[in-house]
Amino acid sequence: MGSLQKYYKQSATYKIFTGMFKEFEEFLDTLGKITLNGIDVIKCLLKGQIDKKELIEQCYRFGVTSLPITLSIVGMTSVIVASQVALEMVKQGGSNFVGLLMTILIVREVGVIMSGFAIISMIGSSLASEIATMRVTEQIDAIEVLKVNPINYLFVPRILAGLIMMPPIVVIASTVGVLAGAVTAKLTAGLGYRAFFDSAWLGIYMKDLGVCLLKALFFGGTISLISCSCGYYAKGGAKGVGEATTKSVVWSFVAIVIWDMIFAIAFFF
Amino acid sequence: MSIEVKNLIKTFDDKRVIDDVSFKVESGETLAIVGFSGSGKSTILKLICGLLTPDSGEIITSKGDIAMVFQYSALFDSLNVADNIAFALHERKDLRKKYTEKEIRNIVAEKLELVGLKGIENKFPSELSGGMQKRVSFARAIVTEPNSILYDEPTAGLDPISSTLIEDYIVRLKDETNAASVVVTHQMSTINRTADKVIMLYQGKVVFEGTPEEMMRQDNEYTKQFVTASLEGPMQMIAEN
Repeated sequence: MGSLQKYYKQSATYKIFTGMFKEFEEFLDTLGKITLNGIDVIKCLLKGQIDKKELIEQCYRFGVTSLPITLSIVGMTSVIVASQVALEMVKQGGSNFVGLLMTILIVREVGVIMSGFAIISMIGSSLASEIATMRVTEQIDAIEVLKVNPINYLFVPRILAGLIMMPPIVVIASTVGVLAGAVTAKLTAGLGYRAFFDSAWLGIYMKDLGVCLLKALFFGGTISLISCSCGYYAKGGAKGVGEATTKSVVWSFVAIVIWDMIFAIAFFF
Repeated sequence: MSIEVKNLIKTFDDKRVIDDVSFKVESGETLAIVGFSGSGKSTILKLICGLLTPDSGEIITSKGDIAMVFQYSALFDSLNVADNIAFALHERKDLRKKYTEKEIRNIVAEKLELVGLKGIENKFPSELSGGMQKRVSFARAIVTEPNSILYDEPTAGLDPISSTLIEDYIVRLKDETNAASVVVTHQMSTINRTADKVIMLYQGKVVFEGTPEEMMRQDNEYTKQFVTASLEGPMQMIAEN
């Protein structure tokens, strides 16, 4: 019996299943920690414990430093989409709908989701690695020994910065995206700006703008919360920092796609 | 103003790292905890200052702050020296409104002078040597006027002269603050120059308790092996690691 058990434990099936179970356990553990941190952040916010100086610094980091990359990514995505769509639509007699299609696409999806991806890769990864480095160099232990609440000091300003800065970033990026789409349609399909913008307004309603801003708010908060949490629970040395950063990027990507799906189902089904 | 530890037990992954450890440190007294790497010395400090919770046992500390000087200083690298030292005064809820900015600047200058580093307020930790970083972390630790100070290998990685300087500051801080101090170390000079009493840990258990002089007498087989740095004896480091 003992040798059978030993043989079974060495089998590929056993290893695959225990590996999957371990991954699932880790998934639940991370999800639980992120949720608990989120609750702690809300508690701190309700107590009004906000470090204004740190908040301004984080807003600058989140909004200003990320803007060039975010605008470039959203702008270039619009150029790619418009160059694929505009000529074909004009050929098929749908030139009146190019502006409408591009604007709906950018305002509802491309602007916010591509901004989210840009923020994850630029700000989220930097937040996670910064906090993870603080963890492995005992700086977070020092914060705790000095009786300062690390959630309040590290999480609150970063999450608030995400919530405050993401909507304006998305608005600016979407505007740039629509403009880039118009220029591309003109260059590739010879579609006039007037024709583009006349149709652009037809398919956009206040609801679209509202949902776009709400999504931006959720994305900003989620990216910051996940990045801070992944960094906060880093273990080990340089390897631990790398793992925490990778984890934060993967989790943030998946989370904003899930949010996007939830918003699509809730508002556009 | 004292630290009392009673029957402390701490286990990590089924391994008992701290096994029924008890000791008491009075105010104005320094206890050195010695032993091989991995014998549980730093874990005791983390248990005392609340970074870890014990599985069982009791830690009784007098009311007031416990400060800790970390092995690698743990200074906040994004803040300059002044902001590092004033961190608790700026960020702690109960201290935030207690001092004006001018008072905080004066406190920082006073603490820096105490550790012999006057005038480096605007430097960043990366611009300082290891010994200087350690002294800044001393200043940061005592800014809240703690009743107890814990030092995690304060002289590790420092040259002999810097080590002597750090040891002098440990004694000086004890005299100035009258705090109960616990120094985790495995350096003989640190034990001899700072400690009033010593406990030695091996596999999480206390295997010696006495004064530095008693330790040097090598009456105990554990202290004999430690002091003579011998591979022969009851403590088997290779097997341990």
